[in-house]
This record gives sequence, C-alpha cells and structure tokens, in this order.
Amino acid sequence: MKSFFKKALVIGAISMAPAAFAVDMTGAGATFPYPIYAKWAEAFKAKTGSNLNYQSIGSSGGIKQIKAKTVDFGATDNPVKFEDLEKDGMVQFPAIIGGVVPVINVEGVKPGEIKLDGPTLADIFQGVISDWGDKRIAIMNPGVKIPSGPITVVTRADGSGTTAIFTDYLAKTSTLFRDAVGSGANVKWPAASTVGGKGNEGVAANVTRVKNSVGYVEYAYAKKNKMTFISLKNKAGNFVAPDDLTFAAAASGTDWSKIPGMGTFITDAPGAKSWPITGASFILLYKSPENKANAAEVIKFFDFAFKDGKKMAEDLDYVPMPDATTEFIRKNVFTKVVTK
Amino acid sequence: MDITQSASMPTPQALRVAKLQRVQDFLFHAITQFFAISVLIALLGIIISLLINAWPALHTFGPSFFFTQEWDVVNGEFGGLIAIYGTLATSIIALLIAVPLSFGIAVFLTELCPGYLRRPLGTAVELLAAVPSIIYGMFGLFIFAPLFAEYVQPALAATLGQIPGFGILFSGAFNGIGILCAGLILAMMILPFIASVMRDVFEIVPPVLKESAYGIGCTTWEVVRNVVLPYTKAGVIGGVMLGLGRALGETMAVTFVIGNAHRLSPSLFAPGTSIASTLANEFGEAEAGNHLSSLYLLGLALFLITFIVLAWAKWMLNNMEKKQGLKT
Repeated sequence: MKSFFKKALVIGAISMAPAAFAVDMTGAGATFPYPIYAKWAEAFKAKTGSNLNYQSIGSSGGIKQIKAKTVDFGATDNPVKFEDLEKDGMVQFPAIIGGVVPVINVEGVKPGEIKLDGPTLADIFQGVISDWGDKRIAIMNPGVKIPSGPITVVTRADGSGTTAIFTDYLAKTSTLFRDAVGSGANVKWPAASTVGGKGNEGVAANVTRVKNSVGYVEYAYAKKNKMTFISLKNKAGNFVAPDDLTFAAAASGTDWSKIPGMGTFITDAPGAKSWPITGASFILLYKSPENKANAAEVIKFFDFAFKDGKKMAEDLDYVPMPDATTEFIRKNVFTKVVTK
Repeated sequence: MDITQSASMPTPQALRVAKLQRVQDFLFHAITQFFAISVLIALLGIIISLLINAWPALHTFGPSFFFTQEWDVVNGEFGGLIAIYGTLATSIIALLIAVPLSFGIAVFLTELCPGYLRRPLGTAVELLAAVPSIIYGMFGLFIFAPLFAEYVQPALAATLGQIPGFGILFSGAFNGIGILCAGLILAMMILPFIASVMRDVFEIVPPVLKESAYGIGCTTWEVVRNVVLPYTKAGVIGGVMLGLGRALGETMAVTFVIGNAHRLSPSLFAPGTSIASTLANEFGEAEAGNHLSSLYLLGLALFLITFIVLAWAKWMLNNMEKKQGLKT
C-alpha cells in the first residue's frame, strides 16, 4: 500500500514536472477555426506542456476580449483595419484559411449540381429571385431539373465573421447587393422569407429542416452534415466546387505581405481553380503585452502550428498558410511583439 | 416600563435574559430586514444599470424607438417594434391555447378524474414543467416544425386562411418555423405551470360548498362555473400570470423556432423575432455603441412589459376583491 502510494506520488511529480515551467495561454474569438486551434493546442501541450485555453465566442467577442486585455490573444474572421490596429498598438496575422459554402435543400438536387454566379446568388439572398423555378437559375443550369418552390433564405442571426466574408463576396460581385445591403458581420437581409440561425450549427440545422431553403456555412459544417452545396462561377469564369484544393488555389493569389495589417478577405480571387468565397482567420496580439511570458508562448504556439501543424489542418479540411506567408509573419509580425 | 417597575421587581437573572432576548430580537429583525431589502436593492440596481446602458440609444432614437421597424446594424439604425411585437404575439398565442387547455386539465383532475388516474396524470403534468426549455427548442426545431410545415400549415391555410381579412394571418410560405410555431411551443411550455396552479387552487375549495351545490341539483359545469371559479379567481389569475411571465421572457426555445428575422409581417406563418431571442442572438457579438445600447433598451422594454402585466394583474385582483366586498 505504502509503496503504491509512493509510486503514485513519483508519477504525479513526473507528470507535473513540465507543467511547472509551462504557461497557461488564453485566447478568445472566432468559432470557425476553433477545431484546428484545439487540435494544435493538444499537440503543443504534448510537446511543451503549455496549455491553451481558447474560448470560441465569435469574432466580435474576440476583438472585445483582447481590447479588454482579458486574454493573451484575440481571434477574428473579420480582419481589423490597419489604422485601428495602429491606434490600439496591436499586430494582426492570418493563421488558417477556409471557405464559406452556399448550401441548399431542394428536393432531388445533388451536391454541386446547381451552378450559379455571384450576381445570381446575391439576387437570391436579396429576395429578387424568390423561386427555384426562376428563369435566371434555369439559364445557368441547362439539363438540370430544378423543382420550383418559394425560396427561404437562411442567414446568421448573430454577428459573424462568416457573414462578413460572405457579404463581402456578394457586395463585390453585385452592385445591387452592395448598394441595398452592404457588407459586414451583421447585415439587414431584405428577402421576404428570411430565417436566422444562431451559429454555423443553427444555419446548418435550419437548411436541413426547411424545404427549398438556401444558406451559407463554413466548409467543415457543410461537409460534416453532408449538405448540398452550390458550384460557383469564379473570376476566371470557371465553375468550381468547394474543397481544400480550390481554397488553396484562391489563397495562392493573395500576397499578404503587401497589405498593411495583413487584413483582407480572399473573395472573388483570380485563378482558374479558385473558390470565390475564401477567407483567413486572424490572430490579434498586443505589440507590448502586459503578460510578456504568455505572449512569447503564444508566438511559440503559432510558430509550432505553422511548422508542424499543416497535416493536422489538412485533416480537418482547412488550408494551412503558405510557407512564404508564414516566413513573412515570423520575420515581420512576431518580431514586433516585445516579449522581453 | 412603569408597569414592570410597579409590579414586583424582577430578579437580575430575569433582567439579563430579557436583555439578551431583546438583543436577539433586534438582530433577527435586522437580519431578515436586510434580506428583504437586498431584493429591493438588486431590483433597483438592475433598473439603474439597464437605464444607464440604454441611455445612448434612448437619447439617439427617442421614444420612437419603440414604434420603429428598422433594425439595421450596418447603418446603425435601430427600432424595437418588431421584437416587441414578436414577444407579445407569441405570448398571446401561447395564452390563447394554454389557458383553456390547462383549465380543462385542472377541472378533469379535480372534479371528474377517477382516483387511480389522478396521481399519474397529475405527476405527468408536473414533469412537463420540469423539462428544460432548450429541450423544447430542440423538439420544436427538429421534430415539430417539419411536421407543422408538412401537415398543419397547409391545412390552416386551406381553412382559416380562406376567411376574408382574417385569412392574412395564415398566409405565406410553409416554413414550419415562425411566430405561430413559437407560440405553440410556448403554449406547451407554460401549460404545465398554469395547469398545476389551477389544480392546486381548485383542490382547496371546501367540499361542503361543492356538495351543497351538487345537492341542489347543479351539474359539474355549473359547480365549476358558479362555485369553484369564483372561490379561486385569485389563484387562477395568478397561475395565468405566472405562465405569461414565463412566455414573455422565454429565450432559448423561442430562438430555435421563431426564425430570428427582423421583419414585420401580418402573417403568423412568417419568421419574426422576440426581445429575448434578439438579445440571445446579438448580445455576444454587438459592438459597443448604438447596437449594444439598443439591445439594453430592448431589455428595458421587456422589463417594463413584464412589470405592466404584473401590475395590471394585481390591479384586476384588487378590483375583484373590492367588488366582492360590496356584494357580501
């Protein structure tokens, strides 16, 4: 009994040992990258013993929390403007790439079967096209049998980085949408039959339950729920289906190093294979953080993620940042944070 | 003091005990008073913090906030009419359905039910009250709404929807989720509260009153109408108000099934939003400024609506008692 007790103590002491030098980092923000951050955090903990506590409370929440200095880093899908970054003494860098996918629930239509371009999609989400039997949809889809029925538009009820990326794309491709609705994390949807869901889960649930509906979710949710996605016409004029290859193709045309604050959406990107509604999720850090040890660990964490986390990201259908960009982030962003 | 002094002098021990008791009484009084007042302080604190946070929106939009449809986050224009309408409409639908049903349940359980069914039925109604609201929301969205869209909405549109004028309430696309669906789910949620309160108050009617009524040849309905209801009015209204209070403030279940659309539509099939569901959806992500402040103002509006409802119920009860006092 005694020896068992001693053993337990020794084992306890050993397993505690790395934790004694380890740091507990905290982060909060976007829900979209949460699965991959959790995965990276697990691997990072196994390697260094440092723990990451990430709260996926939404992009605006992440910005609020980092401004209130309650967390070591904030995460947002809706990038902060360079002027605002400078004003608050923060740096921003993209950590992971993913795509937003329009999904539908129309009887008899298979994934990718319906093809649309930006302006048509914008008209549907505005309620200008309000029936699946509309001529403008039929013209783009010769040979596809689409049963007519009144369209129900499903949107996010809460403010969301996903909405910001999606409306940025619609506003870019349709001037009508840009003038009538605009873009942002929380817009006023004008379609007569609009239903709001809370979070990606809420939109996915509503689209699968409501007949003749159309919504937009992050790719992982569309894939997980086996939802019927739409193929979109990209800037090069080709119809593409959403997957990690088309997201990567869209991201390859973006030179982050040229953009002050690195904040940009990757919507309507050039390139033959580019998926037009792609976006990165961003990390916010203070240039001179209050807790320097934690900030140093956060930088170590993302350095580790960029180096060793690519496979993990691909397994979860995200696109890792290109090497040139991560090199730029290491040299130009991480160095700006005072950690000593 | 004079009396004690004029009587035989108390022993020093008795004096000490009396003093101790006085201190104890004082402490007991002070502590319970503090507890009671802390409720008042909390209430005042909530009102004041709501007012302070809602002030910017109230200042910008003025009282017209409560009558404006616009809810546009991008352009920073806010009005609470749609959410207030949604809250009231869903609660009224819930009451219209739940009150007659609960009344029937309570009458059956107290007056007509055979003894062996009374306990299982009564417990079932109470268990319905113990189901968490999120479960009702999930049930509503995943099971009830699709069935509602498939069978009930087409039937309603084909019957009630054909009545001129009135029919507009039952028109539009059959989504399943919307104001009517939220009202129905709310009815299911508040039904056990109202039913169990009604049953409890019906049970306290003295048997001798009911038996005398039966003795002179009254039917069960006449006994309920003329003996049980007048005797239990206060309790019945209290139960209804309890249900209404829950319906007005219910958040999660409504968020699931109301559709969360900032849109005012005459049709009950159309998606809308309620104050509580708007707060649940937008509070976490609202940017400081008019958006956040408008949400606080909506919270204040909900507070006021609940307060008015309670005050009105209290006033009605007082009035009734007065009338009764005049009669007897």
